[in-house]
Amino acid sequence: MHRFALALVAAGLAAGAAPAPAAEKLSDGKVKLGVLTDMTGYYADLAGPGSVLAARMAVEDFGGKVLGKPVELVSADHQLKADVASNIARKWIDEGQVDAIVDLVSSSTAGAVMPVAAEKKRITLLSGPGTTAFTGEKCTRYNVHYTYNNWALANGTGREVVKQGGDSWFFLTADYIFGKSLEEDTTKVVKAAGGKVLGAARYPSPGTTDFSSYLLQAQGSGAKIIGLANAGADTVNSIRQAEEFGITPKQSLAGLLVFITDVHSLGLEAAKGMYLTTAFYWDLNDETRKWSRRFFQKHGKMPTMVQAGVYSSVMHYLKAVQAAGTDDADAVMAKMRETPVNDFFAKNARIGPDGLLRHDMYLARVKAPKDSKQPWDYYQIVKTIPAAEAFPSVEAQACPLAKR
Amino acid sequence: MTQALFGQLFLGLINGSFYALLSLGLAVIFGLLDVVNFAHGAQYMMGAFAAWMALTYLGIPYGWALLLAPLAVGLVGMVVERTLLRRLQGLDPLYGLLLTFGLTLIAEGLFHHAYGNSGFAYPVPGWLRGGVNLGFMFLPLYRAWAVGLSLAVCLACWFVIERTKLGAYLRAGTENPRLLQAFGVNVPLMFTLTYGFGAALAAFAGVVAAPVYQVTPLMGSSVIMVVFAVVVIGGMGSIGGAIVTGLGVGLLEGLTRFWYPPASSVVVFVVMALVLLVRPAGLFGRER
Repeated sequence: MHRFALALVAAGLAAGAAPAPAAEKLSDGKVKLGVLTDMTGYYADLAGPGSVLAARMAVEDFGGKVLGKPVELVSADHQLKADVASNIARKWIDEGQVDAIVDLVSSSTAGAVMPVAAEKKRITLLSGPGTTAFTGEKCTRYNVHYTYNNWALANGTGREVVKQGGDSWFFLTADYIFGKSLEEDTTKVVKAAGGKVLGAARYPSPGTTDFSSYLLQAQGSGAKIIGLANAGADTVNSIRQAEEFGITPKQSLAGLLVFITDVHSLGLEAAKGMYLTTAFYWDLNDETRKWSRRFFQKHGKMPTMVQAGVYSSVMHYLKAVQAAGTDDADAVMAKMRETPVNDFFAKNARIGPDGLLRHDMYLARVKAPKDSKQPWDYYQIVKTIPAAEAFPSVEAQACPLAKR
Repeated sequence: MTQALFGQLFLGLINGSFYALLSLGLAVIFGLLDVVNFAHGAQYMMGAFAAWMALTYLGIPYGWALLLAPLAVGLVGMVVERTLLRRLQGLDPLYGLLLTFGLTLIAEGLFHHAYGNSGFAYPVPGWLRGGVNLGFMFLPLYRAWAVGLSLAVCLACWFVIERTKLGAYLRAGTENPRLLQAFGVNVPLMFTLTYGFGAALAAFAGVVAAPVYQVTPLMGSSVIMVVFAVVVIGGMGSIGGAIVTGLGVGLLEGLTRFWYPPASSVVVFVVMALVLLVRPAGLFGRER
């Protein structure tokens, strides 16, 4: 990676395009990144310490320096609270000289931090949250939504399941912005594909551990598919209890946001056969295996798509700073949009004017225990969803920046 | 329609028996020690983890875990009482609450550090797998077992405390520990054992819950709030009240889920507020 960055600079120099000694153009004489994530709560396993590690790996792989000045990394726990998140962001920007804020798992915290960062001209690199509106009506000039969004999940899983005959749905929805947005997006996809939605049970989250009564409602609805518009521990518990109450296999589950850590803690016996959409899987090809094994050695778990996205987004940011010769947010954003992402995480992916990185997504199916040949051998990739199909087009987004 | 109602009521009963078991331990501890045991959720979680660790590392099956996990957590509880809680005796109950709350954070933090947050699945023991179709719902065998077991333990506790000599000492200790000591009863030891017993009850509930819920470091904190509300409604320190209210709250939640699901997680607190307005000592409590 380091060599690639050097090559990039060399190429720039050869073309006579690189700005002369640019180090003075770094604010405060350094580039500082802040990973703001959930370190101990419900999403700590899918993001959390693993996200911090991924960011650190990216900084180290980049060489620890950009434009001859050090790259610093800080991290903090937003405890899944929007007010805590925006306070930390404010402090980081006002007193800590942080140039970019990374991850922001859970949509409520991302939604609180994005406007703060935009107002102060700092960049947000979203990897953890899913809300589609972050590149729609809530878009900002300084935001990149990197790893996945609800639209992509709804499309990937929703369309395929309807195609396979699952044409009546009932949703089990985590009652906050993320869950509702996921339910809404999937409802549109299901209806567009010719299916119908019979109802939804919305439960308070985080905090619910017993899903049996909601599952009973789902059962009573007679829907063929129970769509799980939730994440993390909620998904795990609802899948287990659906099996316990004999709901599966009579009705099928569609996990709309399932991470590999969820499958790991569920076990293949309970999760087998489930469809899911993901931006990343460690066992896709040699490149992903190589990076993921390095991650595994340090973390003890294979990376989730969020963690892989954090690495890739930090790398892309640092390369853009290098290429722009400054950490000025406008210049860096322009460079990030201009340059396609080409690494183990995404191929030829571009960031649109709305801030959304459009890359290939994968429809996967969880393997049965007998098909799993080694630890973490969990997914069978059913198909690759090309970037243009996986994400909404720029025109379809309600982002004012995309309209110009 | 009626099918759904019965289903929700039955689930309410299942939840209610968990509430009863947990609030029973809280009520016992508060009754005798005047300690608002905020660590109850953590002790519940530790019970579930102890069962999981016993199975994973030592191959000890569910049946033995039901016995051993409460024993282990009870011992830890006794050490805590001896070394920490005892020093707070005679002070405002608020200090005990703060101490146990702090201990909860430490315990959850340690387990989180060691095992992460997604937790683990504890398999339902082979002889309790499957279920019965009741017509209005599919009843997993394990849940039926959990209800039966919880109720049996609750009744046994109630019997021991309200109907035996040992229970009489306990109740006397609640009323007037000094007088009881003057009669030659080792009250400090009784305090230690009672706290250990309360912790063991929480751990027992944890083992019973392990195959139903994911075993995670935070599993206690999500249930403890409701359990506290149950104890307040029933009357702090009232044993029978805790059991009856636990089941009642479970059923009430079931009913609410049938009529108006979004209110189901709030209804218990609404009831708590109403009860506090009308009977500040709780439904079964006595003014002190």
